[in-house]
Amino acid sequence: MTGKKVASVSLTKANSLRGGPDERGRFGIFGGRFVAETLMPLVLDLDQAYRHAKADPAFQAQIDHMQRDYVGRESPLYFAERLTAHLREKSAAAGSKGGAKIYFKRDELNHTGSHKINNCLGQILLAMRMGKTRIIAETGAGQHGVATATVCARFGLPCVVYMGTTDIERQKPNVFRMKLLGAEVIPVTSGTGTLKDAMNEALRDWVTNVENTYYLIGTVAGPHPYPAMVRDFQSIIGEETKRQMMEREGRLPDSLVACIGGGSNAMGLFHPFLDDPSVKIYGVEAAGKGIETGEHCASLKGGSPGVLHGNRTYLLQDEDGQIKDGHSISAGLDYPGIGPEHSWLHETGRAEYVSVTDREALDAFQLCSRLEGIIPALEPAHALAFVTKLAPTLPKDHLMVMNLCGRGDKDVFAVADHLGVTL
Amino acid sequence: MTRLDRRFDELKAQGRAAFVTFITAGDPDFETTLGLLNGLPGAGADVIELGMPFTDPMADGPSIQASAQRALGNGASMMKTLELVRRFRENDNSTPIVLMGYYNPIYHMSVETFLGRAIEAGVDGLIVVDLPPEEDDELCVPAMKAGLNFIRLATPTTDDKRLPAVLANTSGFVYYVSITGITGSASPQARNVEAAVNRIKRHTALPVAVGFGIKTPEQAAEIARTADGAVVGSAIVDAIAKEIGADGKMAPGAVERVLEFVGKLANGVHAARKAAAE
Repeated sequence: MTGKKVASVSLTKANSLRGGPDERGRFGIFGGRFVAETLMPLVLDLDQAYRHAKADPAFQAQIDHMQRDYVGRESPLYFAERLTAHLREKSAAAGSKGGAKIYFKRDELNHTGSHKINNCLGQILLAMRMGKTRIIAETGAGQHGVATATVCARFGLPCVVYMGTTDIERQKPNVFRMKLLGAEVIPVTSGTGTLKDAMNEALRDWVTNVENTYYLIGTVAGPHPYPAMVRDFQSIIGEETKRQMMEREGRLPDSLVACIGGGSNAMGLFHPFLDDPSVKIYGVEAAGKGIETGEHCASLKGGSPGVLHGNRTYLLQDEDGQIKDGHSISAGLDYPGIGPEHSWLHETGRAEYVSVTDREALDAFQLCSRLEGIIPALEPAHALAFVTKLAPTLPKDHLMVMNLCGRGDKDVFAVADHLGVTL
Repeated sequence: MTRLDRRFDELKAQGRAAFVTFITAGDPDFETTLGLLNGLPGAGADVIELGMPFTDPMADGPSIQASAQRALGNGASMMKTLELVRRFRENDNSTPIVLMGYYNPIYHMSVETFLGRAIEAGVDGLIVVDLPPEEDDELCVPAMKAGLNFIRLATPTTDDKRLPAVLANTSGFVYYVSITGITGSASPQARNVEAAVNRIKRHTALPVAVGFGIKTPEQAAEIARTADGAVVGSAIVDAIAKEIGADGKMAPGAVERVLEFVGKLANGVHAARKAAAE
């Protein structure tokens, strides 16, 4: 449907899909800098500081060193042998004798248990370069809050994390973890007490404390340069995957699968492959109780373009342009928007976006635990649920990479609850 | 020339500052807002800012956030906001009305449709918090072409280098945000405000109104001595909130009591320069 758009975009980006955003921070019509005037000079400063840092080999060396010794990168590219065999049996049972070869990118093995630390590390080093002395962040499930609190502890900066009261209630272990790491967790009661409200409150803090404070956004959303910067810090996932797959199989993968809330783990995996047209790209949104029920977080499948939190992107909204609350079993996918670059990849057709329900994610969560001995977070369990649907329809020589972006320790209580088990 | 231009010209001729009031459309319900709108000019409001409720008001403090939630909870919408303006215009053709809010509900309606409906209803200007000059082609330029004033916020972080860009497509007046922070929070220092207003005036002939954090008639008077206008929002919204009972309905006589408070603020603004001259 959108071949024409890809062509016109390619012309302006010197035949690359990786050149975005433009100087205004736009990916096509998405992205931009929709912020209050008070913040605009700060956002411009950040853009400039990031450009300088990006061009400085010393900055990159600092990140590389910490990624290796502190985070534990590179993360393995793991052949999920028993899952592959299981899905080949499924394929054979359906009479198609296929079943793709499935690899997991093991970002759940990172320090703090998810991909979030990749971004936090880059941004805190940038914040210190800029002379900022106080870090603020928003968090939903608490993974980004924990990763932020971790790097703040490591570098000795005070850390304030905004978290909705609803999320505080359902993510108690992460709240305690942040406090152990020395962060101050501020409950947000405004709105509905979830991630979007935490982000509003963090923006209110930033607008008030403009001199010393750095806002460490956790996903590929927000005003430019955040979507591009967070993507860059997460792209190490895709770069490693590319190199590892060449070593293992001597060629590129045929498809990539990642879950999407804001979409930072997915952008990190996808971006280095955007200009490799043979690689199919799938983003998996949370369909919650089913898109038809209205209780979901699938911004692309069930939303429309709008402007929130500094950027234009697909949003869950009502007929009056008021933002609707999402629903997902996974607090990490429970955001009514999506990174603007995903909206652009969706409209250009370069990536395909699908959705998976709470139920399907729960099944995949258990399947992975039993077959691979890996308890995944509920977020990548969504990606895995799609893998179990797609892989059996593909030939055996099809190489598929799924980003296992977080571990499931944080979710065991919630999953037990959903399965009717009392711990 | 819009109603805003005419109003500021008249005030300049009279040698006094404008009293700019903010209320949220539909807070807590349509009828209350209509009653307040109709009473505001008589209570001394020279310009009315009418808030377009939004679920995620990122630059607003707790008072205005809560007012938007009350309004939305009672069925407020962009169409009803415009209907309020239309009803107000049936009785008042001179008091300027500025719609204030966030971009998404406008974008969702489509800029072209929104501008047509706003002009038809009798709106004079727009303040859209999350549209900095970098995004002027979104709404600011189309609004100006359609004959509406687009009022820009200037803030303490807007330095001299940036100020010309901020003022370039501003019309009606300049809204100086007196603090770095959200609406209804810390109160500004009169001395800092005076310096800032003078700084802006070196770059523009437009009137400069000052808002954020002005809560009492005394503070309003202090601001009005140096600025061309003083904006009060959260304090009026708080006065409305105080009148809402446990059932979500306004107490009898509430509109009159809120207007009485507005009258006191207005007296502060209007007497400011007289007091300074004596």
